[in-house]
Amino acid sequence: MSILAHVPAGSGQPASPPQTARSARYRFLPYLLLLPGAAWLLLFFAVPLVQLASASLYDPEGSLSTGYALTWAFGNYPTALQQYWPQFSRSFLYAGMALVLALLMGYPLAYAIAQKAGRWKNLLLVCVVAPMFTSFLVRTLAWKTILSDNGWLVGLLRDVHLLGPDGRLLATPIAVVLGLTYNFLPFLVLPLYASLERLDYRLLEAASDLYASPLKTFRRVTLPLSMPGLIAGTLLFFIPATGDYINAELLGTPNQYMIGNVIDSAFLVRLDYPQGAALSFLLMSAILAVVFVYLRRAGTEDVL
Amino acid sequence: MRSAFRPLTRRGLLTGTLGSAALLAAGGTLAGCGTPAAQQTEEGCVSEDLSGTEKKLAFSNWPQYMDVDDDDNAKRPSLDGFVSKTGIQVAYTEDVNDNNEFFGKVQNQLAACQGTGRDIMVLTDWMAARMIRLGWIQKLDKANLPNVEANLLPSLRNRPFDVDNHLAVPWQSGLAGLAYNGRVTGELRTLDELLTRPDLKGKVTALTEMRDTMGLLLMSNGHNPSDFTSSQFDDALNKLKRAVDSGHIRRFTGNDYAPDLAKGDIAACIGWSGDIIQLGFDDEQIKFVVPESGVMLWSDNMLVPNKATHKANAEALINYYYDPAVAAQLAAYVNYICPVQGAQAEMEKIDPELASNPLIFPDEAILSKARVFMALDEKQEREYETKFQQVIGA
Repeated sequence: MSILAHVPAGSGQPASPPQTARSARYRFLPYLLLLPGAAWLLLFFAVPLVQLASASLYDPEGSLSTGYALTWAFGNYPTALQQYWPQFSRSFLYAGMALVLALLMGYPLAYAIAQKAGRWKNLLLVCVVAPMFTSFLVRTLAWKTILSDNGWLVGLLRDVHLLGPDGRLLATPIAVVLGLTYNFLPFLVLPLYASLERLDYRLLEAASDLYASPLKTFRRVTLPLSMPGLIAGTLLFFIPATGDYINAELLGTPNQYMIGNVIDSAFLVRLDYPQGAALSFLLMSAILAVVFVYLRRAGTEDVL
Repeated sequence: MRSAFRPLTRRGLLTGTLGSAALLAAGGTLAGCGTPAAQQTEEGCVSEDLSGTEKKLAFSNWPQYMDVDDDDNAKRPSLDGFVSKTGIQVAYTEDVNDNNEFFGKVQNQLAACQGTGRDIMVLTDWMAARMIRLGWIQKLDKANLPNVEANLLPSLRNRPFDVDNHLAVPWQSGLAGLAYNGRVTGELRTLDELLTRPDLKGKVTALTEMRDTMGLLLMSNGHNPSDFTSSQFDDALNKLKRAVDSGHIRRFTGNDYAPDLAKGDIAACIGWSGDIIQLGFDDEQIKFVVPESGVMLWSDNMLVPNKATHKANAEALINYYYDPAVAAQLAAYVNYICPVQGAQAEMEKIDPELASNPLIFPDEAILSKARVFMALDEKQEREYETKFQQVIGA
């Protein structure tokens, strides 16, 4: 589908001169409108991306003081992967687990807000978005207090024997996955809400008139119609969650570190730019691969 | 829609823009082939001093590293004293949270010999050494620093990275040792206890600063952190790795271990003396331990980076803080080791108890156990840091 298909592009009528001028102007209008966005994309996405790509091929023997030479060192990739594959797989595992949790919570939430909330709709939406008004870091630190070893939550879980007497939540994979789920939930809920809100209630009524069970109605009507929101939401959730390093850093331990932590340390601590860049590129391609497979299977090419 | 003009589709546009952008950028960057050397020289990167006309100064420091008024946190008595004495306005920013992070913040400018907008920045020994090695730091004029000449502690003079004492002046020094919360666990004496005692499992943190954590480990193995071999380092690292793999060590931290220790989420840790003394004021069960095997001594140093335009103003401030009375005022608040001789006598007037605190004015018993980490060259630094980072999970 094309957004700009409706721009009257002159429709090929070589008429009087003023009209030609007009149509020529219309012809360039879309490009003109695109100019700010395209320039932004070029400057802040494409250029850094190419720079990163070339950094990933720098000579790994280079250093800050002597500078790095581009030697097309493709060996940086296998080396990086071999050293850090556990963190890599962990990133996808944790992000995947968080996504499942977020879907279980987010879908009913979005559905309730969109279809059942009535006059509370706006208030509930504000509640979903409100945490975003404080910084990501502060929210994650708040979770440290909630999950604290001596906090009420851990105390309660110990009392009901869900946790052993020495059990804890903080500094475990559970805490990291919970943190990821919480921090990125709004990115999933908002697009879902947007598509569920447009859901025509009469379609659901029609389904039940035709003797579809509620489950079947959901499977055959609601779910397909909410697909665009669901897909956009999952992507918006999964992509940043995979690359996140704050949750693992603050709520986890070294044994929970994700690939983001490794990249952070490669760039800031070890000053190994080629490896940091190679890891970033690997992460990016892995995510792209997952997204492509997902979109193919979900059957919506519209998103791209 | 079919027309003489091909309609612009989203996908076509995306491919087109990205493709041409990539080509453009590729041409531009790849032609550059790599990064230029970050090394600067005194002749190559000359800074201008505008102190004569501009009575101001930008000072970047760590959080909670400056005395504040008991009643009004926005007031900083010693710094305000400097402003009223000299008329130099100080823009004081607490934006150094981590040496590496801060390095990332300023490296692009300094590598290209550009200003960072800062006239003084406070960084730990090894980071100061790295920046000095890269030629990023301006030489100070000793004629403007009579107090430093007179009062700097002898043990902090002629350090390997600044043998002539004209590049880095200690702001505060401190010890890295052990700390524990007596409400959660019993007394702790050695590093081996910290790393193996069963009741501490999962309740221990260590520092992300490699030199502090590894220095203590080297000493617990009976080796000298000021002079060790690669295999001794590996031995110490294996000891750490065992504690990480078994889940005994919960996390590696910067300053942020302090609230966790106070809450009791962690029972014991490798920590810094100043933090622990401050926690100890609120809760006397939180204690700092100088392990029998030895303790690490470090300093945070005031540095004037290249292209800082108020060097003389910066020197005035450095000199001001080496006045024993001012140093005592600061030390009474921050509780790190005071690098200024004569401050102990001044401290007697402010708070006699602090004046006799060996963690602020260390005695011979502690100084004889204190070691400074070996100066590393770039290759060693990367080798050790990479190994260490792999153990701490990144």
